[in-house]
Amino acid sequence: MRHRLRTTLVLIFLVAVPATALCADPAAVTELLDTYRKAGATDFDAAWAKDAWTKEFKADDGKMRSCITCHGSDLKKSGQHAKTGKVIDPMARSVNPERYTDTAKIEKWFKRNCEWAWGRLCTPQEKGSFLRFLKDT
Amino acid sequence: MDGGAMRRRALRIGLFFLALPLTGLTAIAWADDGGGVFEALFGRHKEVAPVHSDTYEEECGACHFAYPPGLLPRRSWARLMAPDALSDHFGDDAALDEPTRREIAAFLDAHAADDSGYKRSIKVRRSIPKDEAPLRITEVPYIRRKHADLDAARIQDNPKVKSLANCEACHRKAADAVYDDDTVSIPGFGRDW
Repeated sequence: MRHRLRTTLVLIFLVAVPATALCADPAAVTELLDTYRKAGATDFDAAWAKDAWTKEFKADDGKMRSCITCHGSDLKKSGQHAKTGKVIDPMARSVNPERYTDTAKIEKWFKRNCEWAWGRLCTPQEKGSFLRFLKDT
Repeated sequence: MDGGAMRRRALRIGLFFLALPLTGLTAIAWADDGGGVFEALFGRHKEVAPVHSDTYEEECGACHFAYPPGLLPRRSWARLMAPDALSDHFGDDAALDEPTRREIAAFLDAHAADDSGYKRSIKVRRSIPKDEAPLRITEVPYIRRKHADLDAARIQDNPKVKSLANCEACHRKAADAVYDDDTVSIPGFGRDW
């Protein structure tokens, strides 16, 4: 009996620890959300970000651009750079656990890609909402 | 000495002088780590130098294939990597912080086509007029010539390729700096080119 209890506990441990690691927000996300709050952002809105992800803007070249121009409409699949054709790894953490683990990298790509797609920098409020949306994908 | 003994002696001497250079060449071939005798003797190699830099692959390779530095001369890399150049990198903002920019510029400079003993680097540098510094590898005369017969259906209008700049879409060993014909397979067309 005691033996079975121990086996059960070990099994729970083996399943729970990796599961928690995957479900918990990456430290980089928590840290950035704090930074954005300090910059005045409040109530990050994953639903807003989900819509904004596919929202199109007209670029200087006359073509429409959005996040999915390069990242594709399925976050679990690879995207493709609009100009060079280079494959972009999936955005979804469930298939690409390296995502959202490096604050400098996240900030670098927010800067470049907000400017490319929307023609301006994203606000701390917008960036926080995008992170809230993307971290659970 | 009878005729038979003389013939045998001549054969032995002949074999000795035949074996001598063979031994030397074998030693060179071994020392060259699989590169081949010709390459070891003349300091020339096939393809392009397969050099790597984590920073280069991370920063530049995120948006486009991390082209081997040996595909452009030093003067071209210098123009591309100039302090003000990256904020308008073919229309995109690819600005880097200064230490990163310097690190990548030094890597490209060190392995540019100019002093390379690799075949394709030699062809690249010989094909570019001395007073020109092309910014695109696809504008290097040697590279243009090699791709001159490819139609738009295979490159520009091919959704999996999009651009001649997307080397690895067709050159399946491009990441190892290997570009020979045997390694080419065009998405949707395979070996038909």
